[in-house]
Amino acid sequence: MKKTDNTYSRRSFLKVSSLSGGGFMLGISWLASAKPEENLAALNVEPIWQELTSYIKITPENVIKIFSPNPEFGQNVMTSMPMLIAEELDVDFKSIVVEQASYNPALFNRQFTGGSQSIRSAWKLLRTAGASARQMILTAASQAWNVPVSELTTSKGQVKHAASGKSGTYGSFATAASKLPVPKDIVLKANKGFRLLGTPQKNVEGPKIVHGQPLFGMDYKEAGMLIAMTERPPAFGMRLKSFDATVAKKMPGIVDVFTIQVYEPTQKLAMFDTRSFNEVIAVVGKTTWDVMNARKKLNVLWENAPDTKEIMNNRETIVPGGLESTTKHYADMLAMDKKPGQIQRKDGEPEKAFEVAKHVIERTYTAPFLAHNIMEPTNTFAHFQGNKVRFVAPIQGPDFIANTIATRLGIPKENVEINLARMGGGFGRRAYGHYMVEAALISKQANAPIKLVYSREDDVSGGIYRPTYQLTYRAAFDENKRLTAMHIKGGGIPESPLHANRFPAGALDNYLAESWSIPSNITVGAFRAPRSNFNAAAEQSFLDEISEYMGKDPIAFRLELLQRAKANPVGKNNDYDASRYMGVLELVRDKSGWGKPENAGKKRGVSAYFCHNSYAAQVIDLHVKDGQVIVDRVTSAVDCGVVVNPEGAKNMAEGAAIDGIGNALFGNLTFTDGRTDQKNFDTYRMIRHNEAPKKIDVHFVANETDPTGLGEPPFPPIFGAMANAIYQATGKRLYKQPFGNQLS
Amino acid sequence: MIKKFTLRINKKPHTVEADENMPLLWVLRDVLDLKGTKYGCGVGSCGACTVHLNGIAVRSCQLPISALANQNITTIEGLAEKGDHPVQKAWLDVDVAQCGYCQSGQIMSAAALLKSNPNPSEEDIDNFMSGNICRCGTYTRIKKAIQQAAAKK
Repeated sequence: MKKTDNTYSRRSFLKVSSLSGGGFMLGISWLASAKPEENLAALNVEPIWQELTSYIKITPENVIKIFSPNPEFGQNVMTSMPMLIAEELDVDFKSIVVEQASYNPALFNRQFTGGSQSIRSAWKLLRTAGASARQMILTAASQAWNVPVSELTTSKGQVKHAASGKSGTYGSFATAASKLPVPKDIVLKANKGFRLLGTPQKNVEGPKIVHGQPLFGMDYKEAGMLIAMTERPPAFGMRLKSFDATVAKKMPGIVDVFTIQVYEPTQKLAMFDTRSFNEVIAVVGKTTWDVMNARKKLNVLWENAPDTKEIMNNRETIVPGGLESTTKHYADMLAMDKKPGQIQRKDGEPEKAFEVAKHVIERTYTAPFLAHNIMEPTNTFAHFQGNKVRFVAPIQGPDFIANTIATRLGIPKENVEINLARMGGGFGRRAYGHYMVEAALISKQANAPIKLVYSREDDVSGGIYRPTYQLTYRAAFDENKRLTAMHIKGGGIPESPLHANRFPAGALDNYLAESWSIPSNITVGAFRAPRSNFNAAAEQSFLDEISEYMGKDPIAFRLELLQRAKANPVGKNNDYDASRYMGVLELVRDKSGWGKPENAGKKRGVSAYFCHNSYAAQVIDLHVKDGQVIVDRVTSAVDCGVVVNPEGAKNMAEGAAIDGIGNALFGNLTFTDGRTDQKNFDTYRMIRHNEAPKKIDVHFVANETDPTGLGEPPFPPIFGAMANAIYQATGKRLYKQPFGNQLS
Repeated sequence: MIKKFTLRINKKPHTVEADENMPLLWVLRDVLDLKGTKYGCGVGSCGACTVHLNGIAVRSCQLPISALANQNITTIEGLAEKGDHPVQKAWLDVDVAQCGYCQSGQIMSAAALLKSNPNPSEEDIDNFMSGNICRCGTYTRIKKAIQQAAAKK
């Protein structure tokens, strides 16, 4: 039995006495999940909820509701987080009600979906919440029956006293339990005692999804709500000069047209306050179609923007003016490679090793900007009234933007109410909540509840993209083809992807890592496994190529390096665990039948990477037919510690493979004079059904390590496995993403 | 021009006043509050807005309301009266969805496929479904669910 540490704030266990009413946010019953209606309808009365910790409510009739604290964007935390609570609470998972909690920093910790940390950061906290509530119910039962707690047992929402034969539902003790203090020093189950965790549970919102029920921000509507869209500069590096909305305002359904400044010019910005354009024209009308049509009738003059100063993260930066183009980006990045970079890490004497090397292999890898292409375009509902604003928002990080909203509107932070809508994808895009500021300003000006909607073209052409990157790898060899040093130099527009302390750092006596960056006015941000999503492609392609030069098997070569890092690591700041790294390589080797005679004819590539505290490795089998890659099989091995919901986890890893293959083959956002050359799915190439792998096998390393990340880690290595498999199939090493147009 | 139209949606008549060029997608979503049909691209390239027109899968963002009088339109809300269409059941059984946003369109395409081709080959599924984008990457589960629904029909 493990005792929980007391490092968690107890503020999340604030006990509100006997609240009545269905949920503590009015007007969001549409967000409730499918099962509650059935359970609650059966009661045929207004439910009286007893609150046991901020995560659990129980009615006297034993309807048990669990709040899922984190925003849901498809990573299935709305199922896996309540599972953590239900395990310790000891209730039947299939009969409970799950509800999305609203943003409430006083009640919930880290309501952020990103960095693959939801389960990792909630692992003990949510189990403690479940165990605490169970303890309160046991105490109430012991007092009611006048028997010691030690003689009581629980099962599926029932308390039992074996000696007297008494039993009662949790609900029958909920009122008394809710008046008790939240216990301290709660003991959690040992992993081997889990009954629910580790069993496959279906997505709790599955029924609503397949029936098309309104779940997403885009689906929200309330009385009097108007639709707003914004017209923004057609190119990065441009700004509004003047506009005439006379015709647009006369269009059917149009209520108003005005400009908004997303942030005050002098406003100090925080890390997730990125927005593509600061002054935009808002068009407000009755229906989306009305507003789309009116936008076309706006008469706008845009002008080139000068260099502008901005304070973000307490750092003053200059956003350069100018209209940028992809061809110049690639030329500029190549030029940077010839100049000295900033040294991020140096082990041994790499310069000397390269001087005396008998052979050097040098390869330069590049990747383009990528748009997020969240299937549900950016949107939010906002209603500004008096000195308060209420949102129904698809947002990954409500806590990041709440302060910014309060500052921009000049209202107290506690007057910012954010109800969390299910997100139709996020991938990092919805970590940037500028659209909520925009919506609040538009609602204030229009004096009405509004839903701000971006068109697909708005999303693709004015996004917060994955940066374009370049990495140059050099390897030095002695006369016996032994690897003696490595040099990694990388940068991007506008940030470097380099993780200087990641593998193969730690495995090499002589190692040098340098970075550089080129300023840009193109806005960038987090994109599923930021930086890692490119590093893995470059690093794992390079390791493949040098293993071939050395005449070594690519998996054996990686294991050899990792063994060195494990037994006798170089340097102190290596941020990976070599054993777990080796574990996924060995698992993928065994599960794919790597090196087995029956697989001799297969064209396959391997890749492994560590990020977000987890380890993933893949073997991809493919063939090329008429210039098209056909992926026959992906074998994926993942070590993310304890797997909470195997079916949901498998779905994530499968999706990561398909998303990775799509981006590796096709993902490409290019610029001409500040404008994106792609505006919608007719020009931005997404992976399609017929291009998905024929088979994906996912294997998890079985261990008792507390959960680490899962949403991101299986994504980056796919890019390397694709490059390496394509080489086996075609004899061509590909260095420039996307790969799909280089095969005919 | 604003005109009055009577549409037959999910077996019921609906009278709406709307711009004659308004695509069915926005009539469904903004006028009739049938939110199951999703906006993804507006140019017929992603399939999120797929509905059935006389039993055939079509992109509702490409159909002006003026072209739809007296035709049978089915949306995800009306696919099966009790929400138990074999495709919906298979989708739940295979636990297909991640974010779920594209899935109404995927389900409507899959149901139309099985209506015209009750036992599709893998290639038939690939070809028919390639107009529906899923960024989360649930394609392999979608295929499995379609095969399962076909086997149980």
